[in-house]
Order: sequence, then C-alpha cells, then structure tokens
Amino acid sequence: MTITEKVIARHCGRSRVVPGESVWVDVDILMTHDVCGPPTIDIFKREFGEDAKVWDPEKLVILPDHYIFTQNHHANRNVRLLRAFAEEHNLPHYYDVGTPRYKGVCHMALAEEGFNRPGSLLIGTDSHTCTSGAFGMFSTGVGNTDAALIMGTGKIWLRVPETMRFIIEGVLPPYLMAKDLILAVIGDIGCDGATYRAMEFDGESVYSLSMQERMTLTNMAIEAGGKNGIIGPDETTIEYVRARTDAPFECVYSDEDARFHSEYRYDVSTLEPVVAKPHRPDNRASVVEVAGTRLDRAYVGSCTGGKLEDFQAAAQVMKGQEVVIDTYIVPATTEISNALRTTTLDGTTLWDVFVEAGCKMGQASCAACLGGPPDTFGRMQGSEVVISTTNRNFPGRMGSKQASVYLASPLTVAASALNGVITDPREVFV
Amino acid sequence: MESNIRGLAYVVGDAIDTDQIIPAEHLVYSLTKPEERRMYGRFAMSGVPVQVQGLPEGHIPFTEPDKYESKFTFVIGGINFGCGSSREHAPFALTEAGAKVVIAESYARIFYRNTIDGGFVVPFEAIEKINDQVCTGDDLELDTRLGQLTNHTTGKEYLLKPLGDVAEILSAGNVFEYARKNGLIALSDEKH
Repeated sequence: MTITEKVIARHCGRSRVVPGESVWVDVDILMTHDVCGPPTIDIFKREFGEDAKVWDPEKLVILPDHYIFTQNHHANRNVRLLRAFAEEHNLPHYYDVGTPRYKGVCHMALAEEGFNRPGSLLIGTDSHTCTSGAFGMFSTGVGNTDAALIMGTGKIWLRVPETMRFIIEGVLPPYLMAKDLILAVIGDIGCDGATYRAMEFDGESVYSLSMQERMTLTNMAIEAGGKNGIIGPDETTIEYVRARTDAPFECVYSDEDARFHSEYRYDVSTLEPVVAKPHRPDNRASVVEVAGTRLDRAYVGSCTGGKLEDFQAAAQVMKGQEVVIDTYIVPATTEISNALRTTTLDGTTLWDVFVEAGCKMGQASCAACLGGPPDTFGRMQGSEVVISTTNRNFPGRMGSKQASVYLASPLTVAASALNGVITDPREVFV
Repeated sequence: MESNIRGLAYVVGDAIDTDQIIPAEHLVYSLTKPEERRMYGRFAMSGVPVQVQGLPEGHIPFTEPDKYESKFTFVIGGINFGCGSSREHAPFALTEAGAKVVIAESYARIFYRNTIDGGFVVPFEAIEKINDQVCTGDDLELDTRLGQLTNHTTGKEYLLKPLGDVAEILSAGNVFEYARKNGLIALSDEKH
C-alpha cells in the first residue's frame, strides 16, 4: 500500500484498503476558519440541535485568518460567531483575533502548533488543507456540510484515491525553490492532472528540503486537482514535530511493492525558474520566456509563499536595493511576523531589509491572496499586473477580474520587484 | 431529485473555478439569514469575465443586475468545473440563484463532493464536450433517471454519464440523511 492508503486504512479500522472504494474514517483533527466556520456551525446546529456537543473539543482547531484586518462588518461578525461558539463549547484550540493567541494563516499555524503529525488524518474547510501532507499524513479540504458532519460525529466518508508518484532527484540550484518545482509539475500534468488522486513526492531532492519548502509542494497539490499531497516522514519531519508537540504519532511509509497510478521523474539540476501565467496555475512558462513583462505590483505572502524561508529568500535579493513597483510583504503567521524582526541578514533584520527596500508591510493573515473585502491589504482593485508567491491566479482571485496574476517563487518575485518587469533571479542573485 | 427538469441553459467555458462561481469578497454573508443568503443568488457566476459570461456571445449575466434569482436552470460547463477553493458557498450560490443542474465534462473533486453531500445542484457529467453545442438560452430538458438530455432548441439529444455510487447520497437528500439511513448518526442525535 501507499502512505495514503495506509493512513486511510488505519483510520477505518482495516488492515487494507483499495483505491476506488469508499470508507468511513475517524478524523484526528478538524480545522476551520472565519469564512467556512460560521456556515459549518449553522449546519451543525441544524442537524444535531442547538445544544449539540462537538464530538471532541480537543480535536477541533479554529483559526480565523481570512478576513481579519477589514472594516467589513459581516466579516467582523463572522469572527464574533467563532468566538461565541468557542466559548459555548469551551474549545481549547481557538486562536482569537486581537489576542496574543492569534496565529494567522491556518495551514502554517497547524504546523507551528504541532497539529500536523505523521500518520494522522486531518480535514479542513479549506482547499489548501493538503499542505499538512508534508508531514506524512492524510489531509484534504472539504465543504461546510462535511465539516459539520465531522463536528457532530468525528467521521467522514472518503473515496480511497490512487496515488501518483513524483520522484524528484538532483541538487536544487540556489536560484530555484520548491515553488519552481511544483509549478513545473502542475504545468506538466495540468490543473486537473491529479483529480481524485493523491500526489506523493519522493526522491533525494524532496528529502533535502526543509519542512517549509516541503509544505510549498504539498500546498499546491490542489492546483493540479489532487485530493491530497503527501511526503513520507524522515528525521527532518520528526525533529520539526517533536519540537512542537508531545502527542504520540506513528510514521508510515509506502511499501516497496505499493501500486502507483503513475510515476513521474524530475531532475531539478536542469530545471529553470518557472512562472504560471494568467489565468491558470498550469499555464506554465519559464521566467526566461516572459522576462521583461511589465508589472504593477509584487506580492510575497500566503500559506504557500509567506513562510520565513520565503522572506529570507526575498530579502537576499532585495537587501540594499529598492523596489520600483508597489511590493507587499504579508507574513503568514504571527510567529513568522515576529521572526522577521529577529532574523537577520548581514546584521539587518528581514523586516528592516524590506522597509528599507520600500516594501509595504502587512499583518499576518491570508490578505490579498484571495481578494477578500475591498479594503483588504494589497488587494487588486483594477487591471493591475502582479507577480505573486501565492498559489492561484484564476480570474478575480486577488480581488479584481481585470487583474493579471503571475505566480512565481519568492526569488523571482523579489528580483522582479526591483526591476518592475518579470526578471530571472539569476540576473540579480549570485 | 426531480425526475424531469426543464429550463434554460447558461453556458460557460473550461476550468470555471469557485472564485468565478462566487467571488471571495461575497463570502462574508450568512448562508442562513434570508436577507443575506439571497446575495449568493445575486452574485452567482459574477466572477466569470464578462466577455465569456453566457457563451457563445458572452456579456450575459447569470443573474440580472439587482435581481436575486437567475432565469437559468442548467449551467453547462467544460472540463474541471468548480476547481479552486473548497467553498461550499459555490454550489450553494448556484442553488440559491435557482439553478438545478450542472452538466460538465469533468469536475474538481471538492466542488463535486459539496454538491452531493450538501444536496445542492445535481452534477451530471457529459460523455462528450457539450458546451460548444449548447447556447446560452437554449431550452433544455433532462430525464434525471435515464440521464437523457434533450435540447429542444436544436433538437439534439445527449446521454449523460450515470451518477454512480453517489446516487445513494443524492436519493437520500444529503450526507446527513444518508448517514442516518446507514446508522452512522444515532437516532438520539437526530434533528428535532
């Protein structure tokens, strides 16, 4: 069996499952946020009663992160609904806005707080829940109805997916990041190339990556239609998890004779910096092909491109230089935001590197990655052309249907911000 | 699910993601309060670029400005309909606008799952590409049991793929009713 099949089998009390069959599994963690939490709670109460109890308060994690720093009263009302529900059910894992507990982007917060554990099964009301698969666990996104059923019963039905295996070999050159790799994969297989399937990443190059970079790979499995992305755990995984939780976990790995739907091999040493052109994540081009494209904005942020290492990469490029277009820096979480003020590059904090380069600094949240209310930090308002470290560029994704979004690595985005046109990071980064 | 559904077609292209079905800025509204939930009908499909809203001509809004219901019953798409985010607000918005059926060549899995488990629009899969054979405004009729689609405007007929193993959830109404039928939700938990 593959890792995905093993994790599902263990959570339905079976020794074996086969791709294609549907099974009811026990959920270890249910995660929700301010956009999908309130409607999930409405359905939970409709189906189980006003006074119904959450199946297991220890297993419900609520992380407001989407529409936080806005004057929109409906959005603010949704955070208040979460707060009231957390109080009513005495939920230990609610991370309230405006308190020191506030985390920010849910997928990064799940990792930071030790909710991602090898071998476990995590469901979230967000398509990028597949991010957690970097920890050798099954994780996927669902809608409000499925989440409400879990809230009441701890169970969900899953169709066991076939697994596509991506073996990545070679030494990653310093001008490439996991984002280049995953954009190349999505470009190859298309936005629906992994629909209903698991995407398992394997190979020496994957295991040479930090957990942050691994999460960039699994985060974007959904952009190829994948049900989940997954990477077998190793020492890097175990060290990261042990530093954040005492909870037990069990590592599982794909068997030698596991059956895969298909196998793809990549040699990263020959890969070039990649972008996804408007308006689809699979609209792949090399940076060389689109170099010189005029830009209005650059954006570094989100669950896939707003991690500490993403900012370290961008800062390497921007240090001592000035951006020539509006450039937005949005740390995914409070922890990352704090780290920008303590992590230094040649004696200067990353925060100061960005401020001195003329960037606009945002607060930890999803911000403009998905548009949001019109007053959202960095949101597109017209026909801007933007290069962004985020994960989606469908029409209107960043707030304006007229805007055009190029997806790229933090290195490429930073290099482009300095020139005002799409720029190969190899030009400015040695 | 009704056995026979007749109404007008609204045609869009490939890879209609959930931001096009319901733009993220509108997700702040309650899905239960009547004065707010109708906003989902108003803004359903409003994220589709205007030049490709209602093919082949385009520039046809799914819901007329300042209206809360659409005159279209069928949404006809291409490949990977509903890709992108997991927002259940997307099938909810189509349903709230009055649509009953989506017919596409293929679906993104979360959208598909949400339509079934939540009991919203019914997602049928076409065997062949049909969004270049049906025009926005065509008069369609679907026999949901046989999966037989008739375009009364052109006289053409199409056989759609069987609904398969999700038909049980569809016939139960939604995943909660299905879970109750199968003993996965205890009687004591049943809604009052």
